[in-house]
Amino acid sequence: MKKKLINNPEEVVEEMVEGIVMAAPDKLEKIEDYNIVIRKGSPNEKVALVSGGGSGHEPTHAGFVGKGMLDGAIAGDVFTSPTPDAVFEAIKAVDGGKGVLLVIKNYTGDVMNFEMAAEMAEAEGIEVDQVVVNDDVAVEDSLYTTGRRGVAGTIFVHKIAGAKAEAGAELADVKKVAEKVIANVRTKGMALYPCRVPAADESTFTLEEDEIELGIGIHGEPGTERTELMKADEIVDELLGSVIDDIPYEEGDDVALMINGMGGTPLMELFLANRRANQVLEEKGINIYKTFVGEYMTSLEMAGVSITLLKLDEELKELLDAPTEINIMK
Amino acid sequence: MTEKSKEIINKVADVIIENKKYLTELDSAIGDGDHGINMSKGFNKVKEKLEAKDYESNKELIKTVAMTLISTVGGASGPLYGTAFLNISKIIPDADFDLDSLIEIGESAVAGIQKRGKAEQGEKTMLDTIIPAVNSLKESKENGDNIEEALKQCKAKAEEGMKATIDMQATKGRASYLGKRSIGHQDPGATSSYLIIKTVVDELY
Repeated sequence: MKKKLINNPEEVVEEMVEGIVMAAPDKLEKIEDYNIVIRKGSPNEKVALVSGGGSGHEPTHAGFVGKGMLDGAIAGDVFTSPTPDAVFEAIKAVDGGKGVLLVIKNYTGDVMNFEMAAEMAEAEGIEVDQVVVNDDVAVEDSLYTTGRRGVAGTIFVHKIAGAKAEAGAELADVKKVAEKVIANVRTKGMALYPCRVPAADESTFTLEEDEIELGIGIHGEPGTERTELMKADEIVDELLGSVIDDIPYEEGDDVALMINGMGGTPLMELFLANRRANQVLEEKGINIYKTFVGEYMTSLEMAGVSITLLKLDEELKELLDAPTEINIMK
Repeated sequence: MTEKSKEIINKVADVIIENKKYLTELDSAIGDGDHGINMSKGFNKVKEKLEAKDYESNKELIKTVAMTLISTVGGASGPLYGTAFLNISKIIPDADFDLDSLIEIGESAVAGIQKRGKAEQGEKTMLDTIIPAVNSLKESKENGDNIEEALKQCKAKAEEGMKATIDMQATKGRASYLGKRSIGHQDPGATSSYLIIKTVVDELY
């Protein structure tokens, strides 16, 4: 059993949320009795952006609450969707009268709980709309599954829709640009070592010492294949290859590149991955407009990496560059 | 009549709580291993809420069950069972249940679950237990069965439906990511639905 820096498994999420707010007390606040982080001084007179999901993916989502990105984030139990009443509380707290856009990652529980919350909010006269992010190319056969999962590409939705809302756009236009991001963002991840949920005695899955899993989900759900450990460059070729093949690219296209650590990967290794990704994209004639290397969408202490590409047009570039308080998205 | 309903719900809660480990084991095989934990968390809270006050109508009682499950269970089961009970609360009578009212209760539960989960029969979900159970009640009505016979049949069909999920491939929910690897395991949601139906039937007659 892996050791953990915790007090009590039942209180991990609440204590974490308190700690997040204490790290930026001038900018963030917690809603009493709920594990919800909102921008201090909410609501603001603009379209509000709300996201959330199970905990264990930090800095997602609470770490992206701030000017230029999210207005509120609901933290569910580890790897478990928050309940509709919690999502509803967040919506009420940030609605400034111009409507609320929910950014949902495509998991059955998340979609249902957020939809119920939206119905509750609508019943109270709050205008709510939603987008569902499904950037994980590892789930191919969406006809026989719940569809592709929402993973690290979600951060680009937060950033770009957040910038649009901050600029004063109407709810319909914020939704439209969020959907444009979703249509153009793709991710694939892999794991070297699994993670353990604080309340569980065992890891969520097991990997042999010489084994890795390609296409892994951020809760340790099965990927596309288990294979022998490969060199960093080969792993990047595999992941990036699937990501590039999934939407048509032409020479000279601009992209944002995200090399995302799963929680237990040294930055040193992430920079190795970034180096190879740059080589591959250059060979293909795809132009990297902006690079993000670090931890954005983690899976507790899972070791591994995911690679995300967002194909950019002029509008997306401008919104990606728009100012934000969130340091790792500047 | 609310006293009897309260008794039935309490019994359902006990059965779910007793089966916490079993449901979690089933979920560990094809899901994320928390179905028993989340469901017993929800039904423990339901027991607390029922204990705390008297309810004037079945509608009020069942609505409390629904809202409690929605706000405590989490995951997909909370909204699914919560919506089912919420739908039932809108139509449940205070009089003794006859076959017609039981059919209406069953149909409104199915409608709630389908609205939320967008699943059909055969996708390895709780609907594979509940739909055959409701269909059985309808058949009994057509055949002119008495209520005792109808409930006996209903329980048998629910069990059959639950067991049929073993051979199914999941196409909804987290188990669907396993593809063919989901075959050979009984669905945890279909199992908790069977436990609920079985308990209600046993308590009614």
